[in-house]
Amino acid sequence: MLEVRDLTIAYGRHVALEGVSLSVARGEMVAILGANGAGKSSLLSAIAGRVAPRTGAIGYDGQSLLGLPQHGLVDRGIALVPEGRGIFPGLTVAENLALGANPMRARAGAAATREEVLTLFPRLAERRRQIAGTMSGGEQQMVAIGRALMSKPDLLLLDEPSLGLAPIVVQEVFAALVRIRDTGLTIMIVEQNARATLALADRAYLLEAGRIIGTGRADALRNDPAVVRAFLGGLSGNAPAQA
Amino acid sequence: MIRIALPLAGLVLLALAPLALSDYGLGLLIGMAGYVTLASSWALFSGHTRYISLATVAFYGTGAYTVAVLNEALPYPLVLLAAGGIGAALALLVGLSTLRLAGVYFVIFTFGLAELVRQLITWYEVTITGTLGRYIFLDITPAQIYWQLLALAALTLALTAWMHRRPLGLALRVIGDDEVVAAHAGINLARVKLVAFTLSATIITLAGAIASPRWVYVEPAIVFNPTVSFLTVIMALLGGANRLWGPLLGAVPLFLLFEYLSVHFPDTYPIFLGALFIAVVFVLPEGVLAGLEKLRLRRRPTTREAKA
Repeated sequence: MLEVRDLTIAYGRHVALEGVSLSVARGEMVAILGANGAGKSSLLSAIAGRVAPRTGAIGYDGQSLLGLPQHGLVDRGIALVPEGRGIFPGLTVAENLALGANPMRARAGAAATREEVLTLFPRLAERRRQIAGTMSGGEQQMVAIGRALMSKPDLLLLDEPSLGLAPIVVQEVFAALVRIRDTGLTIMIVEQNARATLALADRAYLLEAGRIIGTGRADALRNDPAVVRAFLGGLSGNAPAQA
Repeated sequence: MIRIALPLAGLVLLALAPLALSDYGLGLLIGMAGYVTLASSWALFSGHTRYISLATVAFYGTGAYTVAVLNEALPYPLVLLAAGGIGAALALLVGLSTLRLAGVYFVIFTFGLAELVRQLITWYEVTITGTLGRYIFLDITPAQIYWQLLALAALTLALTAWMHRRPLGLALRVIGDDEVVAAHAGINLARVKLVAFTLSATIITLAGAIASPRWVYVEPAIVFNPTVSFLTVIMALLGGANRLWGPLLGAVPLFLLFEYLSVHFPDTYPIFLGALFIAVVFVLPEGVLAGLEKLRLRRRPTTREAKA
């Protein structure tokens, strides 16, 4: 479904990503794991059309995504939840969701989609009239994910959904991601929280200093000693979340 | 019903006001109607998107200059039409080249634009036509100027109210909140910003064109006075740039205050202007209307998180 080939991204002389190739098949949940500055967000930004890669190709259902404007991606079925609460803080929860259904592909079925989203996030149904900016961090993240789902995506891109959230809230968000994954939606998630993410994803790519240093099935990676040392190491005693 | 009836009644009263007022009173009304138009149309684009434009006087002056150049060549309605067209074309050109700029770069560019237009016209007048000043002789009474400005102000407010309920208005609001999320909600940022900027600039150009006969003598240094841009911003911010009635609430008292100050303290008045600008930004960054709401909310035990 999504094919990334030899992607290189550079900001001036600083190379953020070098020769990265990966693929996501329909119905899969794929994680991109890496430390701060490994290039995770650059990778997602390129797929979402926010930065133009220096070289490489990004294909989606056999067509190139390069050069498409950001607002055009949504109509192709790609929804992004950007890092750090992608919501409209001045609007109510209901308005945020309504705006999510703004793309042409989502308008007709908006009411039905909203019911699905509110079933996934019952909390949002209770808080429908609240101004989104006044909600807690975890609730705002649910609004952000709900807003993205309202566009009826085929591919959901999540950029660090657990960033800056308290551990107990992270658990809540990941529990919601399990429910979304179980609907069969294709998901690509970028995360620092490797342990929780590997418990959730089908496959993962390990990113370090702008290159992919490993890939495999999530359950295999969880027990790979090298991965445990590099990505899960030292923290085994206080796992932030079990999904 | 009352939300439409009350403003309409006010509009009728204001339209009848020249019949009962002295020339000086009418002059004040013209000034107020002019600044309400400028502040409201400025807010039409900048209020929600938070793109602070200092280009107001570039368009305002262009409107005035269009009248100065064309007033003897064309009938008055056509002159106005030409001014609106030139304003819209200039706004499209500027918008296409600048709306990708964000934050302080946009502010600086718009400030530079006013200066650029002024220098271009000065250069053109000096080297090509050989005259720097122009006269506007039109058979237009102050009351007629006032009625036109009043109509333009009413039109601006009606347009703003109408847009608030349309997808365009909602799109402008969310662009101010978060451009990335807005783009990924399928909103064509460039187009929305361009449409709003052009609408706003066209109204400002028309305001300059309509008000220009008051000057009689026009030259670039007079009609491209940057104070107009600053006054417009501070008026809109004082009232609340993202509210329908906010710019009006800021423009009327500030215009009267500046009128008083410039009469009684002609030399020191710019100092007050500067002090007031700072005070508005520090004390009421979101305007009087939002400030009042906050006071009312403080009575209730709700905690409001600061906006990111």
